[in-house]
Amino acid sequence: MEKQVSPFAVLVQKEIGDYIYSWKFLILLGIILLTTIGSIITILSLIKDYAANIDLENSFLFLNLFTASDGNLPPFISIISFLGPIMGLALGFDVINVERNRGTISRVLAQPIPRDYFINSKFVAALMVIAVSIFSIGFLIMGFSILTLGIYPTLDELLRIIFFLLFTCFYIAFWLNLGILFSTVFRQSATSALAGLAVWLFYTVFYSMIMNLIGNAIYNSQADTSLFLTRMNRLSPIGLYTELTTILLTPSIRATGVLSFEQLFGALPSTLPFSQSLLLVWPHVCGLIAATFICFAIAYLIFMREEIRA
Amino acid sequence: MPGTIIETDKLTKIYNGYRAVNELTLSIEEGEVFGLLGPNGAGKTTTILMLMGLTEPSSGTVRIAGYDSTREPLQVKRIVGYLPDQVGFYENRTALENLVFTARLNGITEEEARKSADELLDTVGLSEVKNKKVGTFSRGMRQRLGLADVLIKNPKIIILDEPTIGIDPKGVNDFLALIKSLSRERGITVLLSSHLLNQVQKICDRVGIFIKGNLKAVGKIEELAGELLKEGNIEIRIVVKEEPNEEIAEKVKALSGVSELTADKREMRIVAREDLSSPIAKLLIDSGFSLLHLSTKEYSLEDVYEFYYGGGVADGEAS
Repeated sequence: MEKQVSPFAVLVQKEIGDYIYSWKFLILLGIILLTTIGSIITILSLIKDYAANIDLENSFLFLNLFTASDGNLPPFISIISFLGPIMGLALGFDVINVERNRGTISRVLAQPIPRDYFINSKFVAALMVIAVSIFSIGFLIMGFSILTLGIYPTLDELLRIIFFLLFTCFYIAFWLNLGILFSTVFRQSATSALAGLAVWLFYTVFYSMIMNLIGNAIYNSQADTSLFLTRMNRLSPIGLYTELTTILLTPSIRATGVLSFEQLFGALPSTLPFSQSLLLVWPHVCGLIAATFICFAIAYLIFMREEIRA
Repeated sequence: MPGTIIETDKLTKIYNGYRAVNELTLSIEEGEVFGLLGPNGAGKTTTILMLMGLTEPSSGTVRIAGYDSTREPLQVKRIVGYLPDQVGFYENRTALENLVFTARLNGITEEEARKSADELLDTVGLSEVKNKKVGTFSRGMRQRLGLADVLIKNPKIIILDEPTIGIDPKGVNDFLALIKSLSRERGITVLLSSHLLNQVQKICDRVGIFIKGNLKAVGKIEELAGELLKEGNIEIRIVVKEEPNEEIAEKVKALSGVSELTADKREMRIVAREDLSSPIAKLLIDSGFSLLHLSTKEYSLEDVYEFYYGGGVADGEAS
């Protein structure tokens, strides 16, 4: 006797199936492969230089796989912070409005399932697709490097990489939920895609420019301005993610803010253990998760209150 | 007569100050085919959505097989199949996959779902295209697939919202016959909405005429016609050469079966319960009038319906 599957699992299954068979996903897969190949090529050409400069005490050579850049191709973490939003938005921008326009939503909601299963299953399915993709890229890079270079990560490095990949999923989940939010607000999927891209473009290009202008206008001293910029940067999901990953993958970063000479006095110029780095980025992680859930909560509320036929 | 299965009590829905459905009180018996008849924007879809628990009523209650649609929508959806007016399928999935998906959402195991999907596709005549993607289907095929989709959960009630829109006349007849036979064979209660009287007339045991959110009349088609055509269903138009006087008008009125007479100069309009054209003509000629024109027109339920239609529902979609 076959086991009865819960309707929620059926919905998630169908969503994942839809993603995997869609052009959207194939294009994303292409992007992912290019990213992976690009970063591996970068690493292969650079790793010798890094290896030559190894400091015997703090040799986090493996982490360079993700942060190294030859000046032409950006490092892996930058590529992900740039392409991740596209991936999230691509998976999220049409989940609700397409179903509404095609009329499938009323058919599905006429089945004995709670209404929120619909939006929740979209979220869970997209998150699963994202997690599988991100972890496969990460592990592909690691595996390939171990094979070709013969170096392997320490436990500390491995943990850092796994958490980096996990937080990357959160970051992409934020953009996914922004996409879902727009897909509930806008009837046309083209509009919601453009709205998502507009937000992305704003944060990638214009946000730091605008903040620079404001900072220079308000503060006179260079120190105040840079403090202001650092703080403002944390209000941008991209800035938050960049800072988070940089700290996590660069154990020598000891603090997120400016340290005074008094604070630095007597400190040993050593790297932080993993747990301390994690502590340092914890607020960032919370911020990202909060932003993700705020987007989802708004989308959820709109979806639950909206008439099926408006 | 078996018990009542759908019952609404003063069901009201207000959209932005507009009363889409106004104090609808209706009860539908188990096993009957009920037609909700009304022009576009009369509130039929809104009523159906409230029955399904997909929209919350502003006031009033709905009970389906004892369950409150607003409070216990899951129980209601378990026994009610709903075919929306614009039924949508996942275009890049096959007909069979779409049906199996619906079945599994109803907690039917995949194996059973495949079996009953196969049978249903056979019933609705789509077994040859069951492995084709729905994207390639015509409107009529989609509608039949929609019917299979509604039936796969083994419902007690099926609600069809404008099921015949966009299908060619032959397709409509086949489709309606299919609904009728399914209802008879499986004892399913059918609630069907339409703006086309002749279709409703064909298969419905009872109809409700729904205009501007108000239920104007409910009953068996014949009863309804009888009730609405109490005044008589034949209109006789007569033109005479000489202007008719009071006396002749009284005489015509006195004929049994005449219920109304209006005279305008040389023209008379008579509403009667049966065709009285020859007695009237005889009477007129005997009284010395020369008959110039005599015509009769039979009213049908269609005319009555159109009369209600004309009652000011020209402003289109109300939703």
